[in-house]
Amino acid sequence: MNVPVRKLVGYAALLAFGVAAPYLFPAYHSQLAELWLFVVFALTWDLVGGQMGYNSFGNVLFIGVGTYACAVVQVGLFYNVANYTSSDGGDLTIYVFDATQFLTGLAVGLPVAAVVAGLVAIVFGSAVLGMRGHYFAICTLGLGVAAGQIAAGWDWIGAGGGMSSPNTPASLGDVTVLLYYLAFGLAVLTFIMIRALLSTRFGLALNAIRDDEDKAEAMGLPTIYIKVTAWAMAAVMLGISGGILGNLKRFIDPIDVAFAGETYGVWMVLMAILGGKGTLWGPVIGATVFQVLKEVFWTYLLGWQRVALGLMIVVIVVFFPQGILGWAREKFPEWFGHRIDRSRTGETAREPAE
Amino acid sequence: MLLFQAPVISADLIINGLLIGAIFALAAYGMALVWGVMNIINIAQGEFVMLGGYVAMILFWNGIHPLFSVAVAPFVLFFVGWALYKLVVFRVVDRDLFVSLLATFGLSILMQQLMNTVFTGNIQTAQSGLGTIQLGSISILSIKVVAFFFTIILGGCLVVFMRKSRLGQAIRATSQNARAARVLGVDTDKVYAVTFGLNAAICGAAGAMVAMAYSIHPYIGLPYTIRAFMIVVVAGLGNIAGVVLAGLGLGAAENVASFVLGTEFQLAFTFCLLVVVLVWRNTRLAAKRQYLK
Repeated sequence: MNVPVRKLVGYAALLAFGVAAPYLFPAYHSQLAELWLFVVFALTWDLVGGQMGYNSFGNVLFIGVGTYACAVVQVGLFYNVANYTSSDGGDLTIYVFDATQFLTGLAVGLPVAAVVAGLVAIVFGSAVLGMRGHYFAICTLGLGVAAGQIAAGWDWIGAGGGMSSPNTPASLGDVTVLLYYLAFGLAVLTFIMIRALLSTRFGLALNAIRDDEDKAEAMGLPTIYIKVTAWAMAAVMLGISGGILGNLKRFIDPIDVAFAGETYGVWMVLMAILGGKGTLWGPVIGATVFQVLKEVFWTYLLGWQRVALGLMIVVIVVFFPQGILGWAREKFPEWFGHRIDRSRTGETAREPAE
Repeated sequence: MLLFQAPVISADLIINGLLIGAIFALAAYGMALVWGVMNIINIAQGEFVMLGGYVAMILFWNGIHPLFSVAVAPFVLFFVGWALYKLVVFRVVDRDLFVSLLATFGLSILMQQLMNTVFTGNIQTAQSGLGTIQLGSISILSIKVVAFFFTIILGGCLVVFMRKSRLGQAIRATSQNARAARVLGVDTDKVYAVTFGLNAAICGAAGAMVAMAYSIHPYIGLPYTIRAFMIVVVAGLGNIAGVVLAGLGLGAAENVASFVLGTEFQLAFTFCLLVVVLVWRNTRLAAKRQYLK
C-alpha cells in the first residue's frame, strides 16, 4: 500500500509548487499563468482527441468564444460595449473599473464564458461530431478560423482592431497573480475532472468510441450523446481558460489571441502529442516542456522563433509521435504497472523485485 | 437584391469570380492527386501556392517580366515538393491520416513563418502591366484573363500527361492499387515523390498567377488549402469535370458573397461554406446509411 502514499506525496508536492510558484519566480507570473492555461488546453484536447479519438484542430473556437464572452460581460455590466470598443478611435473616454467592478466582472464573466462555450459545443457538436477522421479535423479547423474571421468583422466587439480587456484597478496590485491562481485552480480542476471521468463507465465509453465507433454503437452506446457531452466538457473548461487568457493578455485580438488557430490551436495538439496522446499525465508534461521550449525559443531565437516552432511541430510529429510518456512506457513498462512476460519476448526471464 | 438591380455589377462579379475560380480548381486538382495517390491530405497546399507567388515576386524584383514565372515557378516548386517528400512526407505516407495531416500542417506553418521572416508580411503584387480589357460595360484586368487561359492550358496538359505518359499511367496505377503496382514493377516510392513534386509544381504555377493577377502575402496559404479541400470534397476524387465546375462555382460564389457581405467577411464566408459543405455531405451520407438499414 505504499504506492498510493507515494502518489499522494507527489500530488501534494506538485500542488505546493503550484501555490508557491509566483513567489519563487516573481519575474515569470504571466508565463506561469500561461503554462497552467496550456495544461488546460492540452488536457481538454486530449480528452476529445486522445481518449475519444476525435482529433480537433478547432478547439480555439471555445477559447475565443470564452475570451469574448468574458470581456463583453466584464465591460457590459458597467458600460455600453459598443461605445467601449469604438473608443480606440476618435472618442478618447477612459473607462475606469474600480476593484469591486473588476472583481464582479471577472466573477460573472468567467461562468458566462463557460456557459456560452458549452452551448456552442452543444449546438455544433451534434452536426460536427458525426464526421470521422480527417473530415472532422478539417471541419473543426474551418470552424475555428470562420469564428475568428467573423469576430474580425463584427464591429460591436471591436472587429479586426480587437478589444482591450478592462483596465485593472491600481488598488488590486498585480492582477497577474490573481489570474495565475485562477489558471492554476482551473488546471487542477480540469485534471481532477478528467481523472475522475476516466475511471467511470463514461471514460470507458470514450475509449470504446476511439477504438471502434461502429462496434461501440452496435453495443448500444449512445455515441452521439457521449461525444457531445465530452466535447461540451472540454468546451466549458476552454471557455473559462479563454476568459482568463483575455485578461492575461490585456488585449483581445480576434485572430492572434482569441481564435488563434495557428498558435494555441496547433500548440495544444502538439503539447498533447509531445507528452503522450491518450494518457492522463502526458498533456501536463507536454504542456510544461512545450512552454519552456517556447520561452527559450522566444529568448534566444528572436525573429526566428515561429520558424523554429514550425520545425518543432514537424520533428515531433514525424519522429516522436508516441510522446514522452509513450516512449517511457515502451522503455520502462514496469513503471506503468504492466507485467511483461519475459519468456515470450525472448529475453532472459527476470524476476520482478517484490 | 442589389445584385438584381445592377446586372452589370453582378456580371462583373461573376466573371471575376470565374477567373479566380480556375486557379482554385488547379490547386484542388493537385490536392486530389496527392490525396488519391498517397492518401495524404496536404494542408501545406496553400503554402505551395504562396511559394509559387514569391517565385514570381523574385523574378519581378529582378526586372524579369513575371509572366515567365508561370514557367519558372513549377520547376522551382517541383524540387521543393520533391525535397519535402524525401525529408519528411515519405515518413508519414503509410501512417495514420492524422499524423500526415498534422505533419503537413507543421510544414505549412514552417513555410509561412519562413516567408514571413524573409519577405516580411506585406501584401505584394507582381505588376504585369498588361492593362485592362473592355467587355461591353465591364472592364477586366487582362492579366486575369491571361492567367485564366494559362490555367486551362496547364490543366489540359496535366490531364493528357496523366492519361498518356508512362509516368502518368504509373501514378494512376499506384493510386488504384499501390501493392499491385509494386508487384508489376512500379517504383511506388518514386511515384510518390514525383506526385508530391508534381502537386507542388501545379500549385507553384497557380501561385505565380495569383501573384500577378491578385496579390500574395505569407498567410494566404490556409484559405487556398481549405478551398482546394472543399472543391475536392464536393467534386469527389478523380472527377476532373467536377473539380473544374466546383472551382469556378466557388470563385463566383466567393466574389458575390464578398460584395454582398462586405470584403471583411469574404474569408469568413469561405470557411463557413466549408463547414456547411462538410455537414451537408455528412447528413447525406447518414441518410444513405439509414436507407441501407
